[in-house]
Amino acid sequence: MILSRRQFIQTGLAGSLVLSFAGWLNAAGARRLSAAEREMLAALCSALLDGALPKDTEQRRQLVALTVDGIATAVAGLSLASQKELGELFGLLVLAPARLLLAGVGKPWREASVAEVSEFLQDWRSSRLGLLQSAYGALHDLTFGAWYARADTWEAIGYPGPPRGYF
Amino acid sequence: MQDPIKTGLANGWKHIDASTLARSQTVEADVVIVGTGAGGGVTADILSDAGLRVVLIEEGPLRSSSDFRMREADAYPELYQESASRKTADKAVNILQGRCVGGSTTVNWTSSFRTPPEVFDFWQRQFGLRQLSVESMSSWFAVMEHKLWVRSWDTPPNQNNQVLVAGAEKLGIPVAGIKRNVKGCWNLGYCGMGCPTNAKQSMLLTTIPAALNRGATLYTRLRAERLRFNGSRVSALDCMALQPDGIHPAGKRVQLRARHFVVAGGAIGSPALLMRSGIPDPYRLLGKRTFLHPVVISSALMPARVDAYAGAPQSIYSDYFLHRAPIDGPLGFKLETPPLHPVLYATTLQGFGEAHARLMREFTHVNALLALLRDGFHPESRGGQVRLGSDGLPVLDYPLGDVIWEGARRALLAMAEIQFAAGARWVTPVHETSPGYSSWAEAKKGIAELPLKPFLCRVVSAHVMGGCGMADTPQRGVVDHRGRHFWLGNLSVHDGSVFPTSLGANPQLSIYGLVARNASLLAAELSGRPPPVIP
Ligand SMILES: Cc1cc2nc3c(=O)[nH]c(=O)nc-3n(C[C@H](O)[C@H](O)[C@H](O)COP(=O)(O)OP(=O)(O)OC[C@H]3O[C@@H](n4cnc5c(N)ncnc54)[C@H](O)[C@@H]3O)c2cc1C
Ligand code: SF4
Repeated sequence: MILSRRQFIQTGLAGSLVLSFAGWLNAAGARRLSAAEREMLAALCSALLDGALPKDTEQRRQLVALTVDGIATAVAGLSLASQKELGELFGLLVLAPARLLLAGVGKPWREASVAEVSEFLQDWRSSRLGLLQSAYGALHDLTFGAWYARADTWEAIGYPGPPRGYF
Repeated sequence: MQDPIKTGLANGWKHIDASTLARSQTVEADVVIVGTGAGGGVTADILSDAGLRVVLIEEGPLRSSSDFRMREADAYPELYQESASRKTADKAVNILQGRCVGGSTTVNWTSSFRTPPEVFDFWQRQFGLRQLSVESMSSWFAVMEHKLWVRSWDTPPNQNNQVLVAGAEKLGIPVAGIKRNVKGCWNLGYCGMGCPTNAKQSMLLTTIPAALNRGATLYTRLRAERLRFNGSRVSALDCMALQPDGIHPAGKRVQLRARHFVVAGGAIGSPALLMRSGIPDPYRLLGKRTFLHPVVISSALMPARVDAYAGAPQSIYSDYFLHRAPIDGPLGFKLETPPLHPVLYATTLQGFGEAHARLMREFTHVNALLALLRDGFHPESRGGQVRLGSDGLPVLDYPLGDVIWEGARRALLAMAEIQFAAGARWVTPVHETSPGYSSWAEAKKGIAELPLKPFLCRVVSAHVMGGCGMADTPQRGVVDHRGRHFWLGNLSVHDGSVFPTSLGANPQLSIYGLVARNASLLAAELSGRPPPVIP
């Protein structure tokens, strides 16, 4: 039986797949991001932050890398239960079959375009499965949190930073 | 800037950072208090003043004005539960709670309201709490208002709050100024990251230093794990030291023995401790009726700069929409404004890519209004249920049902109308499919049709209440009106978890007043002095 991606997600298979992988990946526990996970997150950042990131590819690459570092730091500050859940999500997204079936991204993350990744994000954002919607929410919050935590992103939004000079 | 905490420590306060303990230990005291927030702070002050030997247990760190750098990147991981991203079990509600000495009071926004009269009436009718009324509580509120400098705030509201004033006045909706617990406030607007000027009269600067000056002991980075009990008495509290990251266990344990145990870990935290301990709960009430004041947000672009990060965060409110229907009718809501800082705003705001970036570029022109929905009064608004995760840490199930969404829709409509009346050029509910609207007519139509569901509509909370509700009998409450546990004689709960409903008002002063009363009763009992006269 060949399911279309949409059927796959809608039948709830996606959910049970996430859960069964979850059990398998649990053994890893809280851990550092792997190179593959960093690549995946970089692709997501590039799409989520499109519009905030500069066009110049080298600058963009550097800022995305800093944001991925920020995400890693933020994840390490969460409860162990949340770290485990996110570890499962990241671990799943870097598996080629899951990337293809769950995210609908045919190319390796490193080669996926902003448009392709955006389509995947939009799919999860408007999914009928709470699990995928919440996964989108986590990726959204982690990425924007890591981006706007850095003082060098404030000029673009006109935020002068905290008052200085008195303390 | 002088740092009173550093001074106190230099003068010999007994503070033990459990992450540095070389070995496990056992400690004796008269009273052990779990949690150093609104409830724990007031309790420590009053009990130590009665001459009792008090030990405070806090899982967060001790931080003070010299650490408060007004940066979200430091403040959220250091001072909040789960780095300010605690969520309900389904992840549909983001929950802000403090986790540091002073608890949520160290990071709260200083709005101070007494418990509304209609709430006491409801508690009397539904939970038999006839001892609690406007009259019987007024002197307790007055004492705490005096102690914590709760005053009307006479500085003009910042532009963010001014939008609420302007829009509401145009529509004939009454607004009023919010009292704040501040002394010499610099009007900076960074209350949520810890007050850098020591103006905010939080527990960190008031009751806890008072207790430490009297010789109380404060443990930080120590998590209360389990109360041990024998028959109808608690005999000890087992605690687990955490590493400096506040997440991983450090391997050392502390056991505390005392005559009396006060649990003040806040809603979610307190019921979880009682559940982990297997405290008798024959009517299955523990952790139930946990309320959030679910908040929905409306974001507007104003023609002029708003700079919603600057100036006292909440200074204006409207209770107009709390009084449109009976308290147990369709959900009423309180209107206020939140402070906006880049991380808080960007993570809450819907969308991604260029659409998100475009809204962020207008950051300085954004006004946001929030509506706190008064949950827990409508018969179908029964709140959430705390349960324990596999690691023994709490998780909150809070179903967002139709009653909530119906109120949320009215709230989003009301806020958009106010924002347009104040001159907004564009308004959007914080909602994933809202296109945003450029006139009230458009918004009215659009919001009426918006699908309101978990994840699509952003819901947040900074007011967690309930879970160890008080009542007149053990059939409908975990503790009585004094916060005394119905089954274990030497156990009290002194925090926001004892409220049997939400409040329809920001909770801190309700907790200060009630706990001042209950800690005074307890102090009299434990020290053998005459009890305070209660009207
Ligand atoms: C960002 C923000 C803004 C707010 N603004 C306002 C406002 O303007 N006005 C208002 O009235 N209210 C406001 N509130 C809410 C108000 O501060 C809280 O309702 C109040 O502080 C709750 O008091 P509490 O004693 O119940 O718990 P908390 O003050 O939350 O204290 C509980 C403490 O117990 C500790 N703890 C929990 N479990 C354990 C354990 N097992 N072992 C050891 N320690 C433990 C926690 O770390 C925490 O420090 C705000 C809250 C937040 C987060
Ligand atoms: S607004 Fe006032 S109370 Fe709040 S952080 Fe600034 S100085 Fe402190």
